[in-house]
Formats: sequence, C-alpha cells, structure tokens
Amino acid sequence: MGDSQYSFSLTTFSPSGKLVQIEHALTAVGSGQTSLGIKASNGVVIATEKKLPSILVDETSVQKIQALTPNIGVVYSGMGPDFRVLVRKSRKQAQQYYRLYKEHIPVTQLVRETAAVMQEFTQSGGVRPFGVSLLIAGYDDNGPQLYQVDPSGSYFSWKASAMGKNVSNAKTFLEKRYTEDMELDDAIHTAILTLKEGYEGQISSNNIEIGVIRSDREFRVLSPAEIKDFLEEVE
Amino acid sequence: MVGKNCFAIASDRRLGVQLQTIATDFQRVFKIHDKLYIGLSGLGTDAQTLYQRLVFRHKLYQLREERDMKPETFASLVSAILYEKRFGPYFCQPVIAGLGEDNKPFICTMDCIGAKELAKDFVVSGTASESLYGACESMYKPNMEPEELFETVSQALMSSVDRDCLSGWGGYVLIV
Repeated sequence: MGDSQYSFSLTTFSPSGKLVQIEHALTAVGSGQTSLGIKASNGVVIATEKKLPSILVDETSVQKIQALTPNIGVVYSGMGPDFRVLVRKSRKQAQQYYRLYKEHIPVTQLVRETAAVMQEFTQSGGVRPFGVSLLIAGYDDNGPQLYQVDPSGSYFSWKASAMGKNVSNAKTFLEKRYTEDMELDDAIHTAILTLKEGYEGQISSNNIEIGVIRSDREFRVLSPAEIKDFLEEVE
Repeated sequence: MVGKNCFAIASDRRLGVQLQTIATDFQRVFKIHDKLYIGLSGLGTDAQTLYQRLVFRHKLYQLREERDMKPETFASLVSAILYEKRFGPYFCQPVIAGLGEDNKPFICTMDCIGAKELAKDFVVSGTASESLYGACESMYKPNMEPEELFETVSQALMSSVDRDCLSGWGGYVLIV
C-alpha cells in the first residue's frame, strides 16, 4: 500500500513500522545460494552451494567460507562483495580485541560487534544495508556455537539453520534430522544431504564448500578430496 | 607474593609529599573482583584515577561478557592503558595479583608505561622497592600456606618500610 512510497530512504520508517530497505535486503539474501550450519555436540559444520556462473570459472579461486579467527569461521547467503567487506571488518575487530586483552575474542562478542556494524549501515545517511546474512560458527570456552546475523543487525543462536534460496525446505529437513547429541561427522552427513535436497543438478566435491570446527578449536575448510570422501559415505 | 593456591598483596598506609605526611590511612590496594586485586604505588592522584578507569573498563567487560576478567587478561589491559599515555604517563607502578583458573595464583608488576614483568614468587614496587626485593628474596619460600604467607609478607613489609623514611605508618595485608 503506502509502503512503496517509503522505500526511497533507508532511514525512514514506513507506516506499517518496517524499514522497507531491510525487507529488500532480506529478499536479496533469499535469492542467494543456499547455505546452512549445524551445531553438533563436539563441533560445528557450515556448508554452502558453490554454483559458478560458467564452467570456465576457476573454482579454486572462489572461497565462500572464510575464517575470521583461527577458531571462528563464517559463510554467507547473498551478495559476495558485501560479504568480503564484513569479513575484513570482523577480522580487524577480532585482532583489536586480541591486542587489548591478549586473549582470543569469544564467539558471542565477535557476533555482537559484527551485528553492530551491520546495524550502523541501517541508520546512517547515504549508505545501504548489507545484502548478506551470515552464519558464524565458532568454538570457544563456551563450547561449539552457531549464530546467524541478518542485514538488520539482529543475531540469533541456532542449533541448525539454513539461509538463501531453498530455506524453507532446508529448514524442514533439518528439523526432522536434527538430534541434540549429534556428533560432528553425523552433522556433516546431514549437511550434505540437506544441500542435496534442494540442489538443481548433480552435487559433487567441486560445487559445494564445507567448513568445520572441532574440539581442537581450529577452523578448517575441507578440501575437495575430503568432501568427496564424505559424499561417498552419504551415497 | 604467591603461596599455595593463594596470594598476598600488601602495602603501607602513608601518603606524603616529600617530608610532610598528609595521611596515615591511604588505600593503595584496590579490589577489581573477588579474585583480583591491584596495588598502585607512586603518585596518589594517578593511583586513584587509574583505579577508577580500570574499574570502569572491568565493569563494562563484566556486563558484555557475563564473566569476570582473568588476571592475565586484566594485566594486558592495564599494560595497554598505561602505554596509551606513553608520552605523558601515569606516574604509577601497578602490582597485580589474582587467582586464575583452578585458583592458580598470578602476580605481575609493570613500570609506569606498561612493561609487564611476570613472576612466580613475588613482585614489589614503590619507594622502598629495593629494600623489599632484599627482604622478600630472603624470606620467601615456595608453596606457603595462607597463615605462613601472612607472617612472611608482614615481616618483609615491616622491615623494608622501617628502613625507608617515605614509607610507613602501618601496613595493610590482604590474603586471598
């Protein structure tokens, strides 16, 4: 109704109480490639589709899952360039924390600060919100943790979550499959199966990306060979 | 000074300007949380202001992270705050003592621009510091129980402080 008249400026509320730009940002996220995360009892796994626009693209140069600190990793759905900017800012904040306290930043604090950055861009002049939702996975003194951060700057802790194109099917699948005492390897299998559900075409070790963090607190992106092993176990 | 799963932190009580004694009950050892104490020797006003700033930072940390600061983390924070004023420093030498994980004692000292100095046995600062080094070195034993630690720290403090005209007027010993 009158909402569209209020979509010109980010910093103006519409009569229905929404910031229309944020809604549009969420739409941008919803049309991005599916990504998901699962928190297991002894670690966290995050995964995403890596559909490239053409077979000529060098898939080894595309890295959708990034580490923010040695024990925290992140994946996104939405606009890749916005993601890069957020990764850079978050890494800087993590290092500033370390410089001050000589202690690695706890996952909740990094999530909070990243969310604060995203919120700033919804309340400043001349900027637009980030067109990404992030899934931040980490392992610190409070155990394995998984957080989702939205373009509005709100964040939630999840046991398992999905974002992007196939979100409702993926979430239903995860709800059915998730158990409280799942181990990490089970979680990786479940993640692969969930991605497979919504995948148009043939899934292979070159068109998905998986990142894991175990109780050794080292975030790693799995190599294609490792993904291949997991894929074979699933089939 | 470090004991067995405990620590002692002590100071004298004189506040003076060269030869004139202004107060005989000046507090120099401050609590940050139940298991973390900081002693600040040097300029009185800087000791008080620095303490207020540190308590401020710690309270915010507690609210954000929902936990107390570990002694090592706090020492890094103090060091960073002191170095911020590298070219116009706080004229204080802090002595930090706390119980870390599993009640393991942690002590350290730093100079007025934040150079940290960790120690396993004891740390000292102030006008009588040279005398204190001697006294502590001879009286210290590892793994002392709280009662023995109290005796040792008190004796070391009293004997060093008696030899220094700028220190004295009683002592204040805290065992955790």
